[in-house]
Amino acid sequence: MDYALESLIKIAIVLGVIITTVAYVVLAERKVSAYIQNRLGPNRVGPWGLLQPLADGLKFILKEDVIPNHVNKAIYLIAPAAILVPALMGFAVVPFGDTLMVVGREVQLIISDADIGVLYILAVSSLGVYGVVLGGWASNNKYALMGGVRASAQMISYELSLGLSLIGVLMIAESLKLSDVVNLQATGTVLGVLPAWFVFNQPIACLVFMVSVFAETNRLPFDLPEAEQELVAGYHAEYSSMKFAMFFMAEYAHMITASALIATLFFGGWHLPGVDPTDSSFALSVLKVLVFAVKTAFFLFVFIWVRWTVPRFRYDQVMRLGWKYLLPLALLNVLLTGLYLTLNR
Amino acid sequence: METAVFYVLATIAVASAVLLVLFRNPVYSALSLVATLFAVAGLFVLLNAYFLAAVQIIVYAGAVMVLFLFVIMLLNLGHSEALESTVGRYRLTGVIFLCALLVAQLTAVGTRQLRGPVAENEALRTENVQTLGKLLYTDFLFPFEVASIILLVALIGVVVLVKRETPETT
Amino acid sequence: MFEIDWNILLPSLVVAGLVLVVLCVDIIRPDNKGGVSGYLSLLGVGVAIWVSLSLWGRSPTHGLGGMLFLDNYALFFNLIILAGTGLTIFVSTGFLEREEGGRSEYYLLILAATLGMMLMAAGADLIVIFLGIELMSIALYILVGFFRRRTDSNEGSMKYLLLGAFATGFLLYGIALVYGSTGTTNLREIELAVAQGRVYTHPMLLGGVALLIVGFAFKVSAVPFHMWAPDVYQGAPTAITGFMSAGPKAAAFAAFFRVMVASLGDLSGDWSGAIWMLAALTMTVGNLGALSQRNIKRMLAYSSVAHAGYVLVALVAANERGIAGGVFYLLAYAFMNIGAFAVIVALGRKGDENLEISGYAGVGFRHPGIGLAMTLFMVSLAGLPPTAGFFGKFQIFSAAVEAGYIWLTVIGVLNSLVSVYFYLGVVVSMYMRQPVGQAHAVSMTPFARVALLTASLGTLYIGLAPTSLLQMARQTVSALL
Repeated sequence: MDYALESLIKIAIVLGVIITTVAYVVLAERKVSAYIQNRLGPNRVGPWGLLQPLADGLKFILKEDVIPNHVNKAIYLIAPAAILVPALMGFAVVPFGDTLMVVGREVQLIISDADIGVLYILAVSSLGVYGVVLGGWASNNKYALMGGVRASAQMISYELSLGLSLIGVLMIAESLKLSDVVNLQATGTVLGVLPAWFVFNQPIACLVFMVSVFAETNRLPFDLPEAEQELVAGYHAEYSSMKFAMFFMAEYAHMITASALIATLFFGGWHLPGVDPTDSSFALSVLKVLVFAVKTAFFLFVFIWVRWTVPRFRYDQVMRLGWKYLLPLALLNVLLTGLYLTLNR
Repeated sequence: METAVFYVLATIAVASAVLLVLFRNPVYSALSLVATLFAVAGLFVLLNAYFLAAVQIIVYAGAVMVLFLFVIMLLNLGHSEALESTVGRYRLTGVIFLCALLVAQLTAVGTRQLRGPVAENEALRTENVQTLGKLLYTDFLFPFEVASIILLVALIGVVVLVKRETPETT
Repeated sequence: MFEIDWNILLPSLVVAGLVLVVLCVDIIRPDNKGGVSGYLSLLGVGVAIWVSLSLWGRSPTHGLGGMLFLDNYALFFNLIILAGTGLTIFVSTGFLEREEGGRSEYYLLILAATLGMMLMAAGADLIVIFLGIELMSIALYILVGFFRRRTDSNEGSMKYLLLGAFATGFLLYGIALVYGSTGTTNLREIELAVAQGRVYTHPMLLGGVALLIVGFAFKVSAVPFHMWAPDVYQGAPTAITGFMSAGPKAAAFAAFFRVMVASLGDLSGDWSGAIWMLAALTMTVGNLGALSQRNIKRMLAYSSVAHAGYVLVALVAANERGIAGGVFYLLAYAFMNIGAFAVIVALGRKGDENLEISGYAGVGFRHPGIGLAMTLFMVSLAGLPPTAGFFGKFQIFSAAVEAGYIWLTVIGVLNSLVSVYFYLGVVVSMYMRQPVGQAHAVSMTPFARVALLTASLGTLYIGLAPTSLLQMARQTVSALL
């Protein structure tokens, strides 16, 4: 029972943090884009516009909720949930810290340290496409349908490189548990100076993974499913009010999960070079959580940075990049890693 | 607890499998198949077959069924009266076959306790992924390799069927 | 650790390697320039035959984690399959040139199908047999639809794919039920489990066996699971039709016999009745269906259904003579049937395949060599002495009598009589009808001539001097009984 309660509390905290972060990432996006474009960005609601997310949320809830007559109602209603849920689910296996002593209990800072953590992530991320596809189809609108079709082709293409890029990491870690992956990165060094993060061990994998993740989250330069100039807004063109907000939240929740994953898999998770990873005093444990948060925040910034700097690909370019460059690159990485491991046995 | 979860999942699996057949709209049918696959993945988890559960979702729910939906959407198979007329003629045969299978299954279940003759493999319970990996690369190495050839041939076949012909050969 | 006995793997390894070599050669010389892929494939098939022959006669073993057998039974079927493949490649070179540009993927797919068949014959585990069937089927689905611009080719491919997938479902469900009741998919362990009564829920096992029979019956095109055969045989490129009727049928029977007799032999009381019905139906429906066909490929499709029925009689008998007879018959059938299809290929022209039986009028005088060969194949298919077909049928029927299945034998013999009518119809058309229209030149490549000659000589040799081959067929039986 204790275990169930502990899990429930962790789930509640993590969900709360993610949803709040979603709101502020939206604000950050607007602020950062403003700075990139030499503007000020939102600055009216609260100091530096910090209360802007509240106002936005209120606006979404109060707006008229239109369900067009021509839609397929059941699926139209399911789609927003179908896209938000997988975006949040991915976080379940991400270790956001080491362990923490709370009221005499040693609590592992991860919702479920599943044996198949990495596979779980791949499984969940492969489900994200349903919301987009179903939303596009149920809207009964040609732009929305085009968006859905684009999304399914794009996400399936990039899922392959996503999965393959992780194989190199798994070959070294010899475990599918994310906590094992992080612990491995917290010990030893690469070339004597760098921390043993997988970004240094597996640079190709890291590159492929990051590009694929951008495609999986439908962020620029891969936002073809919603490309405004061609498809109006793609799969969510027919959605309004809170349902539109759910699509919107899903995109940012997806980004957060993705950033956390990049940090966990390739940048050492909660590990800070120079800090003894085995020391589990309270202060250090909190510090580890903070380190993880900072790393995640950095990759969120990268997401935003890229969006406002890089133009959108053409559709054939997206497909060519996925199948002709990333996939062979990921396979090459598996081969190289295998060779390395065999020679160094 | 486990038994209760089993019955819930099993009911979902069977019910959505039945719905898959009953739905007229192919998109609904595809979605009920996804539901079945999820329920079966849940059953795998109950059996401690985590790897199988994850792979089931990645491969079937995440890739195969998405492609199904993709094709249904592209061909816009929203309405399929054409299908119904031909299916109707075989409905009786189908029902008879189904009943026969059901009877066979029930006798099988009814005559004995439903427990497999396989001794429970403790290693599979605790170290599922590792044990499975070792089995795949030792006892089942040969089928594993053959499967890779099958995939290669299927890949080549697809290319053969859809490749644009070069002008000289036409 | 895990020991690999390379001898067990060798025949399939040669063919698997060949698949990869042909694939790589296609990258270096695209579009099969100069027919390199064809030559290479022939060479490789030759090597595989040589390997299989050199392994002949060793004491039976199994290996690779109990996944593959190496015994005379598997090797004999390797010979049938490889002979079929070799002949088909001989026939194909000119055929492809004429019809649709010889692309090397064609040879690659044929070789992949061959690999699948060899695994079916040698598989010691239901998983391997299943994978072999899938490998063969996937390659065949594509080969049937290889002529992409012909609608009948596409239609055949589609029907074959759908019904094949359906059959696969039956087979897999059967395997699952057998696994559920015996706890293993290994053929030898299933045999042990059945013999020692270590079977949970007997009805479940029987259900599994029933579904296995349905699955295999699809693959050997036994009635009532034969619906796909006529359309697929008609739609497929003619050379592929010949290929399909020889190797894949033999391989499916190889696995069928091995599973039923070796593993489930103790249950023969339960399944022989079902096979009896299948055999009787298959022979009758096949032959009656062939009677009314005007298209020669369709006629041969029904005839191949009927021949599946004759081989099923051997399975019903399930004694030494029966199995040897069935195995022997499949070898003979490979030669005479591919020969018949080689003739059909030779008589066709680009754009006009000349498939109506009435179109064969006068062929006997215009092209005496081809006419003679076709006559030989038709006589052999009808089962008249002194050809291969007669001797094979004689073996099977005498085995059935020996096992006490008199009525089945009677049905079989009556069916053979019926079949004489439509097989000799072709001969009558060739020699006794006035030719209609202008004669056109028949252009056969040297390769096609070799194929026709080999098939004719093979058919004659098996019919006239069957002793040594029958001896070999007898040596295979010990693997099963």
